[in-house]
Amino acid sequence: MPVVLEVRNLETCFHTQDGIVHAVNGVSFSLAEGETLGVVGESGCGKSVTMLSVMGLIPRPPGKIVSGEAIFGNYDLLKISEKELRSIRGAQISMIFQDPMTSLNPVLTIGDQLREPLETHLKMTPEQSKATAVELLKMVGIPDGAQRLNNYPFQFSGGMRQRVMIAMALACSPKILIADEPTTALDVTIQAQIVDLVKKLRETLGMAIIWITHDLGVIAGLAHRVMVMYAGYVVERAPVEELYDNPLHPYTRGLLGSLPRVDIQSDADLVNIEGMPPDLLQKPVGCPFAPRCKWAFNRCLAENPTLVDLGGHEVACWWDINGGKPRHV
Amino acid sequence: MFKQTAETDRKILVRVENLTKHFPIKRGILIQREVGRVRAVDDISFHIYKGETFSLVGESGCGKTTAGRTLLQLYQPTSGKVFFEDVELTALQGEAMRRMRRKMQMIFQDPYSSLNPRMSIGQILSEPLEQHGIAQGKEKHEIVKDLLVKVGLHPYFIDRYPHECSGGQRQRVGIARALALRPELIVCDEPISALDVSVQAQVVNLLKSLQKEMGLTYLFIAHDLSMVRHISNRVGVMYLGKLVELADRNGVYQDALHPYTRALLSAVPVPDPRAESKRQRIILSGELPSPANPPPGCPFHTRCNIAVAACRQQPPTWREVKPGHWVACDLV
Repeated sequence: MPVVLEVRNLETCFHTQDGIVHAVNGVSFSLAEGETLGVVGESGCGKSVTMLSVMGLIPRPPGKIVSGEAIFGNYDLLKISEKELRSIRGAQISMIFQDPMTSLNPVLTIGDQLREPLETHLKMTPEQSKATAVELLKMVGIPDGAQRLNNYPFQFSGGMRQRVMIAMALACSPKILIADEPTTALDVTIQAQIVDLVKKLRETLGMAIIWITHDLGVIAGLAHRVMVMYAGYVVERAPVEELYDNPLHPYTRGLLGSLPRVDIQSDADLVNIEGMPPDLLQKPVGCPFAPRCKWAFNRCLAENPTLVDLGGHEVACWWDINGGKPRHV
Repeated sequence: MFKQTAETDRKILVRVENLTKHFPIKRGILIQREVGRVRAVDDISFHIYKGETFSLVGESGCGKTTAGRTLLQLYQPTSGKVFFEDVELTALQGEAMRRMRRKMQMIFQDPYSSLNPRMSIGQILSEPLEQHGIAQGKEKHEIVKDLLVKVGLHPYFIDRYPHECSGGQRQRVGIARALALRPELIVCDEPISALDVSVQAQVVNLLKSLQKEMGLTYLFIAHDLSMVRHISNRVGVMYLGKLVELADRNGVYQDALHPYTRALLSAVPVPDPRAESKRQRIILSGELPSPANPPPGCPFHTRCNIAVAACRQQPPTWREVKPGHWVACDLV
C-alpha cells in the first residue's frame, strides 16, 4: 500500500511559566492508504499534540515544533505556509474532535457549517453546496436533512452532533481523517452507533484514519495497526492482533492487564501500574517508563531505549519480556 | 468477595421501596409555576445485602446518580421509603438523621471539585471526626494518619492541599474521607470515571481490599459495564429512571433477559481484536428520550427491537422470573 503520510522525528514542546514541557519527543510513523492507525495512550502522553502538530493547529506561542517533517504528497506539512496548509486542511486531511459540543460553532446553523468547506475548498455554488450538505447528512444517518440544515447545534444531541462533525470532516472526501477521542464523551450505545458508521464510511470512501483514544476496547475492533505512546514517545507499534496477543512493552502489558472485560468472568485482581505518568518538564535520561516498571534494570535508568523493529512489531524496551533477559541492540 | 449463599442467610442492610424522585421544571420570574417534571427516578425497589457490592448501571441521564443521592437522603424523595437496617430513613429528620449519616458515606465522581481547595488534606479528613465528636487533638491526628496509610498515601500528605495531588491521589483522599467515620455503607458514584486507565485499576483494587478488610457494603454507580462486572455481586440496570433488570452478576452478564440490557452489553467493546471481530452487536437506533417527557407504556419501546403494540400502551410489570432475577419486560 502506498504511504499517504510519513511523519519523521517530530518534536513539539510548550513554553510555559513552569518551564519547557516536552510533549512530543521524536515521534515517527507512517500511514498507508486506506489504513486505520490506532494511537493509544493516557492523558498527557502526547497523542493529540502529535496530530495537532501535523495539522499545524498548535498555538504558537506557547507551542513550538522543534524538529521533524510530515510528508504528505509533495509537501512537508511542517514547512509549508499557512495559506498552503489551509488548502489541505479540511480538504485532504480533516479532523474530528472529542467534544462535539464545543467544536461546533453555537451561533451558526448546521447548514452554514457544513456548506463552508464545500464552498471554500470545492468552490461550489450555494445551490450545489446545499444539495451536497443534505446528501452528507443522509450519509451519516441524519434524516430530514433539508430541514435539519436550519437547526443550530444546541438542537442536536451529543451523538447527532458527532455525526454532523463526521459529515463536515468528510465533506471534501479527504485522504486522511484524524479522529481525536471522537466517542469518549458519548454513551456506550451511541459510541457503538458512531463506530459502526465510521466502519461503513471507511469501506465506501476508502480514506485512511488515525484514531486517537485511551480506550483499548474501541481500537481493538477498528484499527489495522496500533501505536502505543507514553510520555511523548512511541513505545510500541504492531498490527492490531499481534499487539493484543503479544504485547512486548511492559506499559502495554500493564494497560491490557488493568482492563476488566465485559465478556469474561474473572475475580483476579487487576494489574496495577504503580505510580503515575512522569512530569514532562524534564526530558527523561533513561526510559520514561522505568520508574513504574517492574522489569527495569540498570540500563533502563541510564539510556532511553530506541524503537527497534522485530519483524513488523516494534518496541522500545531494553528488556526482552518473553525471553526474560536483556535485549541486545 | 462475598460468597454466594442462600437468599435467607444474608442480612439486608438497605431496603428501597418504590423510591421516586421528580424534579419540578419551573417557569416564570416572579410567580413560578410548575410546568413539568423530570422523572429522574421513578418507582424503583431493591435491596442491598450487608457486605456486598451492588451496582446501578445505565447511560447518562438514566437516574442512577439521583437514585444514590436520594437513597442517602441528600435529596428529599418525592415518594417511597428507604430503610437502613430497620430504621426508616425517610421518616427521620434533623439530629436523628445526622446521627445515621455516620453509617453511610459517599465517594464522588470528580476528585477535583469534591475536595475544598482551601483546606489541607489533614483538615479535610479531620472535619468529619470533629463534626461527629469522634476524636480531638492528638488522637484525631493519629486517626487521620492511619486513614492516609490505609488508602495508600504517605502520612506527609496531611499538610498538602488538593492542588498538589494527582487525580488518583485526590480520589484516595475522597475514599479516606468516606472511611473516616467507619461507615457500613459507601455509595461510590462513578469513582473512577475521571481517572486514567492505569490509575483506575489502582483505585478499584484499593476499594476491593478495603471492603474485605472492613466488611464494607458498596452501592457502586457506574456506566463502565466491564468494571461493574469485575467488582459487583449484584447489578441493577436502569433506563429512564426505572429499573429494567436486576440480578446477580451472572444473571445480568451471562443470562440477560431485558432487550436493553442485551443491547447495552453488546455495545461495550472488548480489548481483544479476535473476540471483537466475532461479537454480535445490537445497535440501538435513536436516542434516549427525555426523562421530562418519557414515552407512554414501556419507556424503552421507542428503541426496542422486540417491541409489540402492547408495549406502547401498557407499562411492563416488574416481576421476578427466577429467584433473585427481576425484569421489567412482559415479552421475555
